[in-house]
Amino acid sequence: MKKRLVLTFPANRVEDPIVYHLIKDFDVLVNILNADITPGREGKLLVELKAPAENMSKAEDFMLHRNIKLSPAMKSILLKEDDCVHCGSCSAVCFADALKMDTLSRQLIFSPEKCIACELCLKACPLNLFSLNLA
Amino acid sequence: MTAEEVSRMSLECKPAEIVKKVDIVTTATFAPMCSSGMFINFGHSDPPIRMERITLNNVPVHAGLAAVDAYIGATENSPFNERYGGANIIEELIAGKEVKLKAWAKGTDCYPETELETVITKDTVNEMILFNPRNAYQNYPCAVNSSGKILYTYMGSLLPDFGNATFSTSGELSPLLNDPYLRTIGIGTRIFIGGARGYISWYGTQCRTAGERTENGIPVGNSATIAVIGNAKEMNTGFIKAAYFEKYGVSIFIGIGIPIPVLDEDMAAAVSVRNDQIITKICDYSIPGHPEIGRANYAQLFSGQINIRGMKIRTASLSSVYTARIIADQLREWIRNKEFMLTQPLELFPDNKNLNSLHRSLIKK
Repeated sequence: MKKRLVLTFPANRVEDPIVYHLIKDFDVLVNILNADITPGREGKLLVELKAPAENMSKAEDFMLHRNIKLSPAMKSILLKEDDCVHCGSCSAVCFADALKMDTLSRQLIFSPEKCIACELCLKACPLNLFSLNLA
Repeated sequence: MTAEEVSRMSLECKPAEIVKKVDIVTTATFAPMCSSGMFINFGHSDPPIRMERITLNNVPVHAGLAAVDAYIGATENSPFNERYGGANIIEELIAGKEVKLKAWAKGTDCYPETELETVITKDTVNEMILFNPRNAYQNYPCAVNSSGKILYTYMGSLLPDFGNATFSTSGELSPLLNDPYLRTIGIGTRIFIGGARGYISWYGTQCRTAGERTENGIPVGNSATIAVIGNAKEMNTGFIKAAYFEKYGVSIFIGIGIPIPVLDEDMAAAVSVRNDQIITKICDYSIPGHPEIGRANYAQLFSGQINIRGMKIRTASLSSVYTARIIADQLREWIRNKEFMLTQPLELFPDNKNLNSLHRSLIKK
């Protein structure tokens, strides 16, 4: 099974090599999509995890025991689509291809399921239409 | 027809056929255009004031014009909010919103008042005249960044190590690209501006008609521009929109549409131009002077990816072709319904105009 999660580390866990344990101890395939970690402060890691259901549940228990908050990373970026003028500035910075311009209609196509919450679009949109929703 | 429709037609028809089939082509653009602003006349108060310093929602506006005239520069920033400025004031006034006016003066025998604070809307003021000294660049370079850090520019966020390339045009739909030698577009041309009818009042600042051109007459670098004027009270915010570019500042999206009469075969050939026939420079914004590092055509740039020096680079436009199409369609309908009549320019632009640079020799370090 596959899961996209935001792992929130308390300040005292930021230096704990959690990803190492996920891979070595539980054989979880970890793809790090975004990270915001500063020693001494709360950290956030956006990851895609792939493992058999049993391993996944053990891995999640392991992280919960270490006081790491797990939250599903769906819809992490919100777009006010009604106000969009379809200029394409956001597509210039979206490497996950969640924001793409349709080559025929020249309209912006937003695919939230592809979003890795890198937040570059928040600054790229000249109309300030993106907001972050890290649940 | 719109310029895009004629471009498609040109795949099957020669200019000699197009000139018989098509009378007028509508062109349009909707993009951030920094050199924009609005004159406003507030009306006189009792007792009257000769406004010497003015703010609107705390944004300073130019006050050195008689007693109650002002010019709101689109890129003027609020000292309290970097994301808010002149462009927002213009958009809010056009939308019919209330804006807070503050004015200060020394007081004179004829204008005794020294301070004033009130609220204005588009219905309380006398005139709101959009006057943009430089809009609708004929062609403009595409921007990239070869350095190791992200650059925040008026061309958007430029990612490090050639991470992306941004450009701004509506390409084959763009007004001045459909009349490369400006035979039909000149001073006095009636245009669509911000949802209303307006005019080209002069050639735009930094207008350059003497630059390099490709075989089809299209300029390669930044080239001709237009100064435009229109009644902002008649405009709507679908075609005038405030913008903010990260760490650059406030700018404004302006919607412009220009009809081009297909006078002869040469004009038919000009309006047939397609994105793959329009070339622009690619310039490196991380190096002073933004040197050219390559060239690409707009079909490549609009495809989402270009190749430079063996690298595949993601591309994106800052200009909304989607909204430009709405403008070109609207203008076509106005013309069909005889709500918009074409004008012949009163005077053409100078044909060998170049640019001066500002010398630094007298600047003390």
